[in-house]
Amino acid sequence: MKDLTERALNTAQVLGASYVDVRVVRHEGQVIAVKNGLVEGVSTGESQGFGVRVVVDGAWGFAASSVLNAEEVDRVTGLAVRIARASARAKRDDPRLGPPVRQQGKYATPVAQDPFAVPLEEKIDYLLAAQESARQVKGVGVSEASFECLRERKIFASSEGAYVEQTIVETGAGLEVTAIGEDDVQKRSYPNSFGREQGTGGYELFAAMDLKGNAGRVAEEAVALLSAKQCPRDLTTTIVLDATQLALQVHESCGHPIELDRVLGMESAYAGTSFLTLDKRGSLRYGSDIVNIFADATIPGALGTFGFDDEGVPAQRVQIVRNGIFENYLTSRETASLIGQTSNGTARADGWNRIPLIRMTNINLEPGGWTFPDLIADTDDGIYMQTNKSWSIDDKRLNFQFGTEIAWEIKNGKLGQMLKNATYTGITPIFWQGCDAICDQHHWHVWGTPNCGKGQPPQVAHVGHGTAPARFRNVRVGLMK
Amino acid sequence: MIGREKAKEIAQRALEHSQADQTEVLLMGEDSGLTRFSNSYIHQNVAESNADLHVRVVFGKKIGVATTNDLSQGSIRRTVDEASRIARLQPENPDFVSLPGPKPASEGKGYSPATAEATPEDRAEVALLVCRRALQAGASAAGAFSTGTYELAVHNSLGVEAYAATTVADFSSVVTADDGSGYSAQVAVDWREIATESLAEEAVEGALRGRNATGLEPGEYEVVLSHYAVVDILDNLGYEGLGATPYQEDRSFMSGKLGQRLAGENVSLWDDGQDPTGLPLPFDYEGVPKQKVMFFNQGTAEGVAYDSYTAHKVGRQSTGHALPAPNPGGPLPLNMFMQAGDSSLDDLVRSLRHGLLVTRFWYTRTVHPITMHFTGMTRDGTFLVENGQIVRPVRNLRFTQSYLEALRNVEAISKETKLLRDQLGGCRVPAIKVKSWNFTGVSEL
Repeated sequence: MKDLTERALNTAQVLGASYVDVRVVRHEGQVIAVKNGLVEGVSTGESQGFGVRVVVDGAWGFAASSVLNAEEVDRVTGLAVRIARASARAKRDDPRLGPPVRQQGKYATPVAQDPFAVPLEEKIDYLLAAQESARQVKGVGVSEASFECLRERKIFASSEGAYVEQTIVETGAGLEVTAIGEDDVQKRSYPNSFGREQGTGGYELFAAMDLKGNAGRVAEEAVALLSAKQCPRDLTTTIVLDATQLALQVHESCGHPIELDRVLGMESAYAGTSFLTLDKRGSLRYGSDIVNIFADATIPGALGTFGFDDEGVPAQRVQIVRNGIFENYLTSRETASLIGQTSNGTARADGWNRIPLIRMTNINLEPGGWTFPDLIADTDDGIYMQTNKSWSIDDKRLNFQFGTEIAWEIKNGKLGQMLKNATYTGITPIFWQGCDAICDQHHWHVWGTPNCGKGQPPQVAHVGHGTAPARFRNVRVGLMK
Repeated sequence: MIGREKAKEIAQRALEHSQADQTEVLLMGEDSGLTRFSNSYIHQNVAESNADLHVRVVFGKKIGVATTNDLSQGSIRRTVDEASRIARLQPENPDFVSLPGPKPASEGKGYSPATAEATPEDRAEVALLVCRRALQAGASAAGAFSTGTYELAVHNSLGVEAYAATTVADFSSVVTADDGSGYSAQVAVDWREIATESLAEEAVEGALRGRNATGLEPGEYEVVLSHYAVVDILDNLGYEGLGATPYQEDRSFMSGKLGQRLAGENVSLWDDGQDPTGLPLPFDYEGVPKQKVMFFNQGTAEGVAYDSYTAHKVGRQSTGHALPAPNPGGPLPLNMFMQAGDSSLDDLVRSLRHGLLVTRFWYTRTVHPITMHFTGMTRDGTFLVENGQIVRPVRNLRFTQSYLEALRNVEAISKETKLLRDQLGGCRVPAIKVKSWNFTGVSEL
């Protein structure tokens, strides 16, 4: 493959590129979906191709193709250069990329058991058995289970001399049970909602999930929700969030607004901007004193873990919020140089046919010192909410509203009645300033978010969020009429 | 581009190699470019060429799917073999009856040579025009303009042979001026129909008008939803409940409700992949010609969209709404329309006594799939209207509102419709006036 990358690098420079990088990517995936006792879909897929990114006349161009041969490399490289020249018609400043990145290296996800090597029928049988356990519960309307694994091999080479090879392996699975009543539908998911929980690693991740062992419980909860009490309407109270819901809270209200490209307006036409403008760095009280958030692309097994980003910059850990004060952004080479920094290695592309954008790695809330039973016992009155059902946040990442699959009243330090259709809303820094208790390391886990969307054309990133259950004061709940 | 003949040749190779009882070969090609601008300059500018081959094989009632974008002879054979291996390892699916048989399918009316031949320079000129107009007004432009050719070829061992090439030109822009922002968008088969100058003007005017927004107490307000907001309603209705799968599983707001009045008498919604005023696609991803499906006919629920799998379950014919297999989520409407009314957008605004004009919605998500409650934010221009006059911009508001309830309370509909891109495809919609909309929060900063 090195002959093709060298060809692209040389051709682009001959055509006038002051910077060029090329990525060759081969993606393999396997997806299994079962529903109501039937196999609804099994597929394997592969996608391969290369993308050439250039700076010519002080402007960016990118072109990509699925055909891997010398003739196509020449055509696509020429097109990337032509596109950059077109960009130069409406350019501003020349891109500054900061110090050259000449990284050489290899990285591979540590895998105990290759998920592709496990017989397909073994996975199908397990998923069918898991969803069957859920179907045994009276009142269950739809019972679904799914498995997904992927392997992505990629090469990054640049005109600055970088050459990096990586193999990323991910495995994920999940269970979803829907109970259907008279004019009502209620759903419970395990281990996480929206299809699956996922991490970097092999089949060992799937084996540890124990879908079968949890199927009966979540099925019973789904059925119980049909007759559960409605979440109180428009009440300001204390809430405790489970770790999975808190993971999405971190994702939406911290992970996205710290992307420096958003802050600089580069995503304003689509995903939006950020309330964490440059003047806020180092001074804004983002949360209470106990709120410490860090980005870390090196956590073993986490979904946002890799060796190098798609600009060849090594994975790293960065403190984002320290003792409640907002401290830093996620950056790429170009955006970092605009604020006098060097990249902290978060530019990633969704495959060979997309350019790298700033993407979350693993954005994590540091654990506190509480056990979960002690946290509930310490709460006189409130609501405990578990597992995300809906999520929405404004284009500056300030005003959010989340719904959870299930909730329980907290009365006098004990979990009480089950509640359905629980929602809560808030303004990001006010919400995080209301955080007064976080559970400890034993409750902390890095949850995978395999569906993070951004960019035009759209890109999906796989990212992680380390969280433990936490308590928030003075939160408005119950917004549905 | 792959082209009809090359696509047929690839499909024939796969079909000849297959030992399965039934085999389907789906080819999807793309040759596209997208120019993106922000802060009034082009900051991202990309192009891609790709072609995916999907092979679905059936042994009895065992089904396997494999995909690749390597179209070499060896890869085509490997993909067929992999799909066959997968199928043989599976238990039977008793609900599966058959792949669809052949029906005459046209090539459609969704192709424009001008769009297929659009250049990076053409796209850059469009971006440049918007950026210049914004800068002249002291504003800042962001947006994207894409042009692309998309090929779809479906062949199966029962005789289906369908090929269509379509083109799409998609423009959208957000212009900001101080704290104000404005929006405009248009999608077309022929990129020369994109009204760049008036779209630039619309976004700039919206941004200037939206400056110095102040807060408004959340609550129930009568609203005029511009075309850009209405498209979100259709998009979410389609995704949540207008496909046969959630309908058959009793998870849809349509389940058990056909024949009942679910929306106002003035509301008619349908899907029509053959209509040239949309983004036509003549057949679906199983090669079945697209039929017009009426979802709401003068407010009455009439039907949902089927693929062959969901249709066969209930002894019906597919309506031509299949997505690429495997697709546990089921069929979806990709070409939705809402019946126009007889008012102008200005008429709708003039009819508001104390209400809001909403440019568009953002980040809308389902709160309840049966009541069709959604939450989301307003974005890029929300205006308080008193006695028919826009009196001031207001900060973005959060709503928690049943979209079905809103469609029961539509008081007026614009006669002008716009073709816009939604998450599912192309959508032609009017602007509407709704008697009451439940706003539950406000952006405070």
